[in-house]
Amino acid sequence: MVRVLIGVPKQVKRDEPFEVKLLISHPMESGQRRDAMGQAIPRDIINSFVCTYNGEEVLRAELFPAIAANPFLSFAVVAQESGTLEMRFTDDHGVVQTETVRVTVG
Amino acid sequence: MSQSGDYGIDGRCQAALFALLMLLASACLAQEKRSGYQDASPETRAMQDDDAANPGFLWVQQGEALWSQRATGTLGSCADCHGSAPITMRGVAARYPMFDQKLGRPITLAQRIQQCRVERQGDTPLRPEGDALLGLTAYVGLQSRGMPMAVAIEGPARAFFESGKALFATRQGQLNLSCSQCHDGLAGQRLAGSVIPQGQPNGYPEYRLEWQGMGSLDRRIRNCLVGVRAEPLAPDAPELANLELYLGWRANGLAVETPAVRP
Amino acid sequence: MLRRRFMVMAGVGLVVPLAPIHAVHATPAEVAALIAELVGEGEVRDGRVRLDLPVMVENGNSVGMTVSVDAPVGELRSIDVFAEGNPLPHVARFRFGPRAGAPRVATRIRLATSQTVIAVAKLADGSCWRDSVDLLVTLAACID
Repeated sequence: MVRVLIGVPKQVKRDEPFEVKLLISHPMESGQRRDAMGQAIPRDIINSFVCTYNGEEVLRAELFPAIAANPFLSFAVVAQESGTLEMRFTDDHGVVQTETVRVTVG
Repeated sequence: MSQSGDYGIDGRCQAALFALLMLLASACLAQEKRSGYQDASPETRAMQDDDAANPGFLWVQQGEALWSQRATGTLGSCADCHGSAPITMRGVAARYPMFDQKLGRPITLAQRIQQCRVERQGDTPLRPEGDALLGLTAYVGLQSRGMPMAVAIEGPARAFFESGKALFATRQGQLNLSCSQCHDGLAGQRLAGSVIPQGQPNGYPEYRLEWQGMGSLDRRIRNCLVGVRAEPLAPDAPELANLELYLGWRANGLAVETPAVRP
Repeated sequence: MLRRRFMVMAGVGLVVPLAPIHAVHATPAEVAALIAELVGEGEVRDGRVRLDLPVMVENGNSVGMTVSVDAPVGELRSIDVFAEGNPLPHVARFRFGPRAGAPRVATRIRLATSQTVIAVAKLADGSCWRDSVDLLVTLAACID
């Protein structure tokens, strides 16, 4: 389980796009570096991300080693009713982590 | 301001005094105190300005969780004694490093946190430069954000301050450079593609793009020493705390920016 | 002697490893091939995509990037980003779903060296649009 920070406005308006900001604590080891002994440090990144709102897809991303450490993502969501924003991301070991946030549509 | 026809002995004395004051002022302030924030690119500054986009807040979040955590077998969490950090820790980080009466020397905020853990919480010390200690230090540091640095150097701290100040001006390492040569004398000019900052400590612990992570002032100073190919100071070396005491005083008046973002 | 050895070890330990495993960077031809594969039968035209990246990059470890497309969000299918000078040229692929609120996405990327970064957007009608930025990546004066 990695640390995640999700920034979502407290209240959003129906049909009005709102910004979601996501920060994930992860080194995103590119696989390009060598350690002090000259050994290759194996690749270890979060390679995919899916965001849904009340089950409907917002954004799906395939991430590669060129995504910076402690990945940051910012994108807009549009909602008609209050609900749950779900973010699911998978790393190179196949570990899936899911984070949810309640969104109130006023 | 005197009128043009009014210059006499008084006017000349005034002018001489004014010139003398300007000379004195320029000798003390080689340049105005400037946070590293101002030497960073607009993009890096934007990263710091938005709490939702500042990676340092991943560590602050961890620190906030640790603040209320009480490990089994220990005497209590930070919160058990200190209550709500935004209230009780307000302005605290701005005064560190601080002279510790019992130890008889200055200690950094991270050292104080470790001291609390061992002596008052009955817990084990956290790993230096580890995420947990950085997180707690950043969380406490955040409670001083926006407030001016206010490090005290009078009384028993004075001797340690002078020692740190002397170290700052001492040439060392294979490159035979002192901190002062770059960070006083050449601040604002460029080294390779980067602007040389004044080396102010007002944003620590900070997220450094070069580290791809969070780090302490200890780490930054050790990197500088390796950079001039000098012997790096051990993590708990008293010289490190003395130097940080001097750096803190040197930054007095600058706003705390923890958690800062730097290139 | 011991002291000097310690210094060297400490120095080696603290210096960010520099030796890459693959070729130092991809080539424009490789990226062109990847784009051709993405675009398929059609052609890719300049325009309608805006790739926001600083021209002078302060540190290649983390560079803020925003890609936005001049099209209704409902018509935007995907955005791909490529870096011609990175060891691995494909940076990311973003696919937009029905709940997407705006035709844009922002993230932070790593750039190995001064190079050209290219964004390609695919719309619902099958058309492909591109934008590119030539940027300078400066190395940090003090490594680590």
